[in-house]
Amino acid sequence: MIQEFFHLLSGWSSLDTAIAGSAALTAMSCALPGAWLVLRKHSMMGDALSHSALPGVVLAFLVAVGMRQAGWISSGQQDALLQMFLFAGAVLVGVGTAWLTEWVQRLGRLESGASLGVVFTAVFALGLLLIRLDVDDVHIDVDCVLFGIIEMAALDTIPGTSIPEPVLVNGAIFVLNLLLTVLFYKELTLAAFDPALATSLGIPARGIHYGLMAITAMTVVAAFTTVGSILVIGLLIIPSATALMFSERLMVVLGLSVGIAALSAVLGHALTLTLPRMIFSRLGYPTIEDAGTAGMMSVTAGMLFVIALVFAPKHGIVSKLIHRFRLGLKIAGDDLLGLLFRIEEQTAARPTDVSVPDLVAKQNGINRWVMSLSVRSLLRGDFITRQASGELSLTDRGRESAKSLVRAHRLWEAYMAKHFELPDDHLHETAHRVEHFIDDAIQDRLQSELKSPSKDPHGKSIPRRSDT
Amino acid sequence: MTVAYHRRPVIWDVDYDTPAGELIAIVGPNGAGKSTLIKAALDLVPKVSGDVRVFGQPYEDQRERVAYVPQRTSVDWDFPVSALDVVTMGLYGKIGWFRPVTRKWRKAAREALDRVGLADFAKRQISQLSGGQQQRVFLARALVQEADLYLMDEPFAGVDAATERAILQVLRDLRSTGKTALVVHHDLQTVADYFDHVLMLNMRLVASGPTAEVFTEENLRRTYGGRLALLDQVGTRLAEGQ
Repeated sequence: MIQEFFHLLSGWSSLDTAIAGSAALTAMSCALPGAWLVLRKHSMMGDALSHSALPGVVLAFLVAVGMRQAGWISSGQQDALLQMFLFAGAVLVGVGTAWLTEWVQRLGRLESGASLGVVFTAVFALGLLLIRLDVDDVHIDVDCVLFGIIEMAALDTIPGTSIPEPVLVNGAIFVLNLLLTVLFYKELTLAAFDPALATSLGIPARGIHYGLMAITAMTVVAAFTTVGSILVIGLLIIPSATALMFSERLMVVLGLSVGIAALSAVLGHALTLTLPRMIFSRLGYPTIEDAGTAGMMSVTAGMLFVIALVFAPKHGIVSKLIHRFRLGLKIAGDDLLGLLFRIEEQTAARPTDVSVPDLVAKQNGINRWVMSLSVRSLLRGDFITRQASGELSLTDRGRESAKSLVRAHRLWEAYMAKHFELPDDHLHETAHRVEHFIDDAIQDRLQSELKSPSKDPHGKSIPRRSDT
Repeated sequence: MTVAYHRRPVIWDVDYDTPAGELIAIVGPNGAGKSTLIKAALDLVPKVSGDVRVFGQPYEDQRERVAYVPQRTSVDWDFPVSALDVVTMGLYGKIGWFRPVTRKWRKAAREALDRVGLADFAKRQISQLSGGQQQRVFLARALVQEADLYLMDEPFAGVDAATERAILQVLRDLRSTGKTALVVHHDLQTVADYFDHVLMLNMRLVASGPTAEVFTEENLRRTYGGRLALLDQVGTRLAEGQ
């Protein structure tokens, strides 16, 4: 499988490099404004901007073509002007959408999601209508705007060079976004975290909001030719959503977002070349050899997010499961130590027919397998020993540990009896649940607050710590 | 000063002259416009009428002399920054555009954290702080601004005893160095102990002055005894009629 993957990749050509490079720079240019949107909890704004940019793009086309037809500019100038009009249109659309959304929200007294929904769908629909206008020879391909054709875009090179056009355009946008992020790092951070404080310090949070909208719209429009107006939403949001799973430091989150974006693009193109053939030839469709890079990029970004969701060091599902399993082991061990200690306290209670671990597991609903693992780790840690007869008993170390647990349990019962209106037989269960989490520091505070009690509410003595 | 949301006035014609160098409590029931008063003073919400002068001059010229402690719940505490980062934010106005946060500024922020007893938590991500610690981070962020006037929105809300003591100590230190603090406060029990002056608000200024004179049962009844029905009614007409 892996061999096949690399075999298929060996056909990588300079065109593939051009496509992967264009894709990577597009994704990287989107990652930075996208990260700021996510951090500001304005992710929906990316959705809105990418849709409402459509009429801006169409109008820019129509104006440029109209100017040529009127004889004001030559057709060579038309192409150059078009690019400028596109960006100017995008900036207007970005600021306009943000402003219109606020206006609808205030006037219609809607929540921000609803007003965004109203604004961007209406503006997008207007764009779809405009696209239908066939002005003489001008025809805009709807599919191209919605989904982009990165394979075609990468073929367009800058005249006189072999640099693909998207590498230059999206690369320039990426550099611009990086520069703006570095220059306005403080202001962007503050306006995202606490816009009220920013305003009170004389930093124009609203201005920064509109600036970010304008830049995002520009970035989105630049990405239209490569990935289209739908998939670009994923490129804005997914990389930083993934990065946030890994780090709690802003600079790292921003850097990781860009890295993950580039990885999604390059890996996405590599998978485009390999995955369809590997899958469909096995299914009996040997003629299906390729898929769209733009689509695979977003799929890859999504897959990386799922991988992060499962494996991220702190917030990932696996690490949470491991944490919970360890806690389960500790609680099982604690319960065993506690019972052994209580048996030592009053030897009459020694169970005769079942082993102690089985009894603890049964009483507390602990899985037997977890219990036996925990017994093994307690034996290894020299907390308990197994006698020749097979019975378990506490070592000195284990006795200290158990004493602390029992102490925590009884102190907590005494504390509850003092502050809660509860019958005495209701105290045990809560104390049993919290005893694992009451460390020496809290024990000391409980003890001093309760004025060093010697007995718990049931009349059992509260063991003292050995060193006191 | 009058402030309105959706044209419905939330505070009517408040005219107040803050005594300098004192600790002043702003008290009043929910919806009385306490937070709004502070936000309007800081130009965070638009005023229908009136103006704010700080030390005799328009607020815009005196921004640097005013520090703001918003309600703790007004921000997202999952934001990927540390306690020290948040305190440093108080200095962003002074540091200025295009300038990096240098060691000098971080040192100032560290000292402010120390003043609220959080020196050991500088590197801690803010979501891993307790509610009281988060409140103290906000306080440190205001202290680092070295302002002359402090506007604080419910700094004592839902904090632990240690934090309450720390905040009170900071307030007293501020007063002893001649600073002024206007504090939205909800705990009527402690008003007399903590504050020299009190401003009693319920959509309009009910009473203001030295706590000993003004914080009386009669004034409390007027402040907390329900909203003025006519004020509400006319406010609604204003909102509908325009």
